Amino acid sequence: MEDAPIEDGENHKDIEVAPALISVHPAQESVAVTVGSELRVFDLHGGSAVSLVDDSHGPFHKDSIRAIRYGANGKLFVSAGDDKLVKIWSTESWHCICTVSSEKRVTAVALSNDGLHVCFADKFGVVWVVDLDSVDSNQALVNKKAAQMLAHYCSIITSLEFSPDGRFIVSADRDFKIRVTVFPKKPLDGAHEIQSFCLGHTEFVSCLAFVSTSEYPQGFLVSGSGDSTVRLWNISSGSLLDTCEVEMKAGLLESNRRGEDCNSAITDLCTIPDCTMIAVAIQSLQGIVLLSCDLSARTLSIAKVVSIMGETFIPTSSRASFSAGLLWMVSGVSNLRGFDHHSLARVRVISGFNKSNLDPQEFEPIVLEDNEIPGGYKLLEKLQGSVVVEEKVFLAAAEAVKTAMSNLLVKKQYSVEKREFRKRTRNDRKTKQ
Amino acid sequence: MGPRQGFFCKCTFALQKKAMLETKANPNISKSTGLPRKRFYRARAHSNPLSDSHFPVPISPSHVDYSLHYPHFFPSSDQSDSSKKIQFADIGCGFGGLLISLSTLFPETLMIGMELRDKVTEYVKERILALRVANPGQNQNISVTRTNSMKYIPNYFEKGQLSKMFFLFPDPHFKEKNHRRRVISTHLLDEYAYALGVGGIIYTITDVEELGEWMKACLESHPMFEALTEKELEADPVVELLSSATEEGQKVARNGGQTFRAVYRRVTPPL
Repeated sequence: MEDAPIEDGENHKDIEVAPALISVHPAQESVAVTVGSELRVFDLHGGSAVSLVDDSHGPFHKDSIRAIRYGANGKLFVSAGDDKLVKIWSTESWHCICTVSSEKRVTAVALSNDGLHVCFADKFGVVWVVDLDSVDSNQALVNKKAAQMLAHYCSIITSLEFSPDGRFIVSADRDFKIRVTVFPKKPLDGAHEIQSFCLGHTEFVSCLAFVSTSEYPQGFLVSGSGDSTVRLWNISSGSLLDTCEVEMKAGLLESNRRGEDCNSAITDLCTIPDCTMIAVAIQSLQGIVLLSCDLSARTLSIAKVVSIMGETFIPTSSRASFSAGLLWMVSGVSNLRGFDHHSLARVRVISGFNKSNLDPQEFEPIVLEDNEIPGGYKLLEKLQGSVVVEEKVFLAAAEAVKTAMSNLLVKKQYSVEKREFRKRTRNDRKTKQ
Repeated sequence: MGPRQGFFCKCTFALQKKAMLETKANPNISKSTGLPRKRFYRARAHSNPLSDSHFPVPISPSHVDYSLHYPHFFPSSDQSDSSKKIQFADIGCGFGGLLISLSTLFPETLMIGMELRDKVTEYVKERILALRVANPGQNQNISVTRTNSMKYIPNYFEKGQLSKMFFLFPDPHFKEKNHRRRVISTHLLDEYAYALGVGGIIYTITDVEELGEWMKACLESHPMFEALTEKELEADPVVELLSSATEEGQKVARNGGQTFRAVYRRVTPPL
C-alpha cells in the first residue's frame, strides 16, 4: 500500500529518466552496464558478449535498474531497481540464481565481503537483508524472502556500503545523513546498534566509498553530495575529517557565475584500488576529478582534473577494477523524451592507475581511444548498443539526468499557500499504474 | 491564527522576552497570569510526520544553539568549553506540562521538548518565557524546538547524550497502514538507543490499550532495552508524573480512563 510519495510533483504516469550505470568485476573478468531496464554484460576473459539466463518469464528487469554491483570475491552480481526485484546472478554461468521481491522500489544494493549476505535499500528508507547460505550457483531459481534490517525514517537511501573489514554497514540518505551501523552476526534479526552518524553535508548524500590500504585496513569513508563537496570521515566516531569543495577547488566555476545557481551535485564516486585516489563525477564536468586522500594527515586534495575531449561526456557512473589499473566510466540515460533514441550509453576508460604510480603528483592519466580499451569495439558494441547517437542528444541526456536527480533528492520548497493547497488536494489512494 | 503568530515565529528568545513584558498589545496572553492563553494556540491533535515541513534543522549536535535555548546557562554564543548538554528530551511535548514539572525536580539538568506542530511549539515557547519572568531563576533549564523527532534526533543529540526520553500519549495512528507513522517502532528504537546513554531510561505512556501493547512489544523485543522492575518504578519520582503532569494525562484521569505504561532502560546489547 503506497502513501503519496514524498518526492511528488511528478505525474505518476511519467516514466522517470534513469542514469546509466557501470560496474566492473574485481579482477576485470567482465564489465556490466545498465541502461534503463537492460542489463548488458561483456565477458573480457572470453572476449565476447554475455547472454544472461533468467528462468522467470519476460525480460529480466521490467523497469529501470537503479543499482548494480559485483561481490568482492567476483562470484556474484546483483541488479535491482524500479521493478521492485533484486536479482542475484552467478558470474560464472550468468544465470539468475535468485530473485528477491521488494515492497518498494530499490535504490541501493550492497554485498557483504564474505558473499553471504545481500543488502538492499528501498525508496522509503528501509534496508533489507537476504542471506545467501542456501543459494548455490548451480541451483535453479530460488525465491528468497528478505528481512528488514534497519531504516532511515521516510528517507530515500542513496547508497549502501560495507566497511572493508566487514564490521559496519554504512547507509546514506537524501536528508543529508550518513548512518554507520554495526553489522551483526545475525543480520536477519536486525542491525540495531548504531556506531555513529556522519553529519555535516548540507544537501542529499549521493554516493559513498571506502579508502583503505594495508596500513589502514579499517578504512576511511568518503561521501559525495548534492552540496558539491566530497567529505572524509572516521566512521568509528562519526567525525568529519576533511571537506573538499570539488567544484571550487578544481577550478570548474565560471568567473561570471551567478550566486543563485545551484551547485553541481556530485553524482558518483569510487575509489581506485591500491592507491589512495578517488574518482569523482560531478554534474558540471565533462570528465572526472581525481582526488588524492592522505590517510595519515586525513585530508583530501585535488590531484587531477581529467577532461574528456572531443565529445560530450558527463559520466553518470564510474567504477575502477582492482587489478588492471583502469577506471571505467559510462555516460547514459534511458527514457529520454523528444529524440529518436530514448536510451543511450557511452563508455570511456582512463588508464594509468598502476600500482607503481603511487605518487599522485607524478602520474599521468590517459583517456583511452575506443580501439585501445580492453574488449575494443566488440565491447563497445555490446555495452553501448549499436546505435549512433548525435552530440546534442548527449547534451540533452546530461540535462535530463541532472533534473531527474534533483527532482528525486532535493527537498522542494513550497510557499505556505502552496503547502496548504497541497494538503487539501492530497490523495492517499493507491494510484493505478 | 492571528498576526501575532507570525511575529513570534520570527523572534529570538531575547526579543520575545521584551515583547512579553509589553503585553498590553498582545491579546493572546492573559492579563492576570501573564501566561499565554491556550485557546489561541489550538491545533489539531494530529500532525503528519511524513510531510517534509520546512523548519531549520541543525546540521549536527554541535550546531545546536545552547545560548538561544538556555541563556541563563550559556550567556554567550561561545559554548566551546561547556560540558553541560541536554539530558532529557520530551518527544511530542505538547503544551509543555511535563517539562515544567521536571524543571523544578531537576533544576540543574537541561531539558528540551520536541514538537512537530508549529502553533503548539510557539505556545510552549511563550509559556516558558512567561514563567522565567514570573519566577526569576527558575525554568531556565527547559526549552522547546519545533522539529520532526522521527527524522532528526541524531541532529540534536550526540551518541549517549541523553539520560531520559519521554513519549507521553503519542499519536496512536489507529489504521494499520499508518502504523509506520508511530513514534515508537523497532527501527526508531535504534535511534533512540543511540541517543540514550547506557543506563538511560525511556518512558512511554498511553491511554490506548492497543498502542500500549505495541510499544511494550517493540521495547521488549529490542536487544538494547530492558524493562524496569516494579521496585525500580516505584523508586523513580518521574514515573508518577507521566500520568499527572500533562494536559493529556489530566484529561484521561478526569474521564476515569486507564493508562498503559512501558518504562525501559537502555542496556548494552548482548554479543
